[in-house]
Amino acid sequence: MPGTQEGIDFLLAPYRVLDLTDERGLLAGKILADLGADVLQIEPPGGSPARNIGPFYGDDPRPEKSLFWWAYAANKRSVTLDLERKDGRALLERLVAEADFLIESFEPGYLEGIGLGYDHLAGINPRLVMVSITAFGQDGPYSNYQASDIVGMALGGFMYLTGDDDRAPVRISFPHFYIHGAAAGAAAAMLAHTYRVTSGQGQYVDVSCQQAVAKTLAHAPQIWDIEGAILKRMGVYRQTSGENRVRINWPCKDGYVNYMVQGGTVAYSTRALLAWAEEDGLDVTELNAVGWEELGYGAITPELMTQLSGPLGEFFIGHTRAELVQGSLDRRILLFPVATPSALQGHPQLEARGYFKEMEHKELGATVRYPGAFVKSGDGRDIAGLYRRPPLIGEHNLEIYQGELGLSVQEIESLKRIGVI
Amino acid sequence: MTAHPTSNKPLDGVNVLDFCWVAVGPMTTKYLGEYGATVVRVESAKRPGTLRRGAPFKDGISGINRSAYFASYNANKMGITVDMRHPRARELMLRMAKWAHLVTENFTPGTMESWELGFDQLKEVNPGIVMFSTSMMGRGGPMERQPGFGPVLSSLVGLTNLTGWPDRDPVNPYGAYTDFIVPRFAVAAILAGLDRSRRTGEGIHIDMSQLETNLHFSAPVLLDYAVNGREQSRMGNRDPGAAPHGAFPCSGDDRWIALSCSNDDQWEGLQRTIAPDGVGWPHNPDFATFLGRKANEDELEKLLSNWTSSWEVGALMETLQSAGVPAGMVNDCRDLFDDAQIQHRGHFQWLDHPEIGPYATDTSEMVFSVSPGSLDTPAPLLGQHTSHVLKELIGLSDDEYKSLEEDGVLE
Repeated sequence: MPGTQEGIDFLLAPYRVLDLTDERGLLAGKILADLGADVLQIEPPGGSPARNIGPFYGDDPRPEKSLFWWAYAANKRSVTLDLERKDGRALLERLVAEADFLIESFEPGYLEGIGLGYDHLAGINPRLVMVSITAFGQDGPYSNYQASDIVGMALGGFMYLTGDDDRAPVRISFPHFYIHGAAAGAAAAMLAHTYRVTSGQGQYVDVSCQQAVAKTLAHAPQIWDIEGAILKRMGVYRQTSGENRVRINWPCKDGYVNYMVQGGTVAYSTRALLAWAEEDGLDVTELNAVGWEELGYGAITPELMTQLSGPLGEFFIGHTRAELVQGSLDRRILLFPVATPSALQGHPQLEARGYFKEMEHKELGATVRYPGAFVKSGDGRDIAGLYRRPPLIGEHNLEIYQGELGLSVQEIESLKRIGVI
Repeated sequence: MTAHPTSNKPLDGVNVLDFCWVAVGPMTTKYLGEYGATVVRVESAKRPGTLRRGAPFKDGISGINRSAYFASYNANKMGITVDMRHPRARELMLRMAKWAHLVTENFTPGTMESWELGFDQLKEVNPGIVMFSTSMMGRGGPMERQPGFGPVLSSLVGLTNLTGWPDRDPVNPYGAYTDFIVPRFAVAAILAGLDRSRRTGEGIHIDMSQLETNLHFSAPVLLDYAVNGREQSRMGNRDPGAAPHGAFPCSGDDRWIALSCSNDDQWEGLQRTIAPDGVGWPHNPDFATFLGRKANEDELEKLLSNWTSSWEVGALMETLQSAGVPAGMVNDCRDLFDDAQIQHRGHFQWLDHPEIGPYATDTSEMVFSVSPGSLDTPAPLLGQHTSHVLKELIGLSDDEYKSLEEDGVLE
């Protein structure tokens, strides 16, 4: 029966999701799958293009070994189906009849063009919630624009504000443009579902990744709207008010740490750091004389920042990241690591909460440590989690086509032979 | 008064008792308000929240009701003031909890419990209640009380490590970036919790660690370390799947075009645009194949920058897009308001605030065919709805209200 997963009683256990997305939208279905929904990833025969995205397990670039795929397809099941073929569309329609959600990330108009637009699907299942995740939305002047990650992060307003002020704006070196929209797609699906619960009616939701990125800009849009000022990127610094800025990241012996000089209510943190620097034999007499307690947020002037940079820079570079982090905990200094992947693997808080989950990839003879559920229950119940390793291409074809739709072995063989599944 | 007089929204009838403050919580409950929930924010007049004291202010003059930062994240909500340290506050909040379907908070773990308003206590008065708690590190564990805010968390979750130039120090993604990743996960989880409560009659406590949620925005990078032992780091604007791939200068001050070519069609579109007659540097045999462009990317970027720098950025975006090349201008915040697509989507909406006047706030990135959201009311003045909420929504008598007021509970 669709929408019930054996042994899984997480929040969304009763519901079935058809996930037609590629790398742009996979996270939407992943979020719902982590919450317990039964998510069927619909892949083209041969596998999703997302399987071509590295890095790869053992650096072996095969579709079954893409770590990008693993990260965003875990918990899902996979069936293959060619939407460009009539038999493929007929299979999809049968799945739609029993599904609660359909999520897709094709170019605007693609599904409509092959006869699988929302109106048609709603004719089959009026309760269906359909969510489209695209770069700019289904219509409007950019709707047919080509958008890669960097193009989207630029048009969303993020890049202008990120990077060193004497070089080009930068993006984050892991693509975020589409996954912002994909995460919004999961929220959109649940909003539409909530409406369906009371009204009985499904609907169509159109998500824009550009808007999703524009919503990450904190108060920068308001600063233009209210003050007519355009915020600019400032590298390792953070603007606190007017011309005043504080340095955020500092190089240490083996990496970087995050430390923002602050006065006022957290002057104790600055005092403790200066005391530590003094123990190291650095001359901080002038800095000790500053009335930190009287300096509120935004009151560190550029002159004071320059004065701080010498001794603090020298202090940090003399210690490892681990020394600085541990020493800061002991001395109540507000200093944090600029974490690298290895540091996150052994993170004491993540370990204590049992965040990472080992999952067995039998076909590889390997056990892999995955990032776990994004949410837990505060009252000890299982509400979300990781329960199924990412599917092989079409791994669940038989389970679904034979087990659920009742196709005969013969029919399945034929569909395989003519390239539909 | 109701917050949303004409409504056919997904969350009509959902009551939210909202203790959230700063950014990550209020952005989450803003979605709920935009889609029809009645959101009542609990604030304290004695300790007004951080964002009420955050720029920009109307006319540059600070004031508790003048922050457009606060106003943006708190549209469509009602606001009440309660001194949570007052002995009578707890009883009042339990009455609110009976009214609520959802209680939200993003304090340091233990704060709600210190007021004896933890999940167990809320459940006693309202067995079906959903409580949503989010904190930097999650509940329990050795670091649950670790202080910090957005720029700190970007570093802790590994995103700072992935941002910047390889020959320079890493930089933070702009602002309190992680605060804006969490809310969509939060909305999905909250609504899943409400759905389950509706089906089973049983309440639930959702605990969201912002650290854990954010790791899903770099999960393949973590897996790369877990299985291959590789420590990925910042690459400037380079990408293994495209060349060229970056932001290139245009005419004017600090104007840039972002573009990328990840296949031959896109590269040929760029070639045709730069050298339509088939002559010139784009036809250099060094650039003939993808691997050739990758191997000679420094040179390619230099030549491309020379070419882009004479273009007006908007014209270049249109020209490249019509040649099939992914290209977009690097929008600053003024550009964003002028952006044709952002305008088409109605992304920014202006609300009229009694002290700020008209101010811009962003609407959701979702367009619903049947039950659209809308932002109808500006953020509440401090304590604006205390009387309305307590008398009309939870039915306090005039005498009860007066007694709370005289006792200093409603401050």
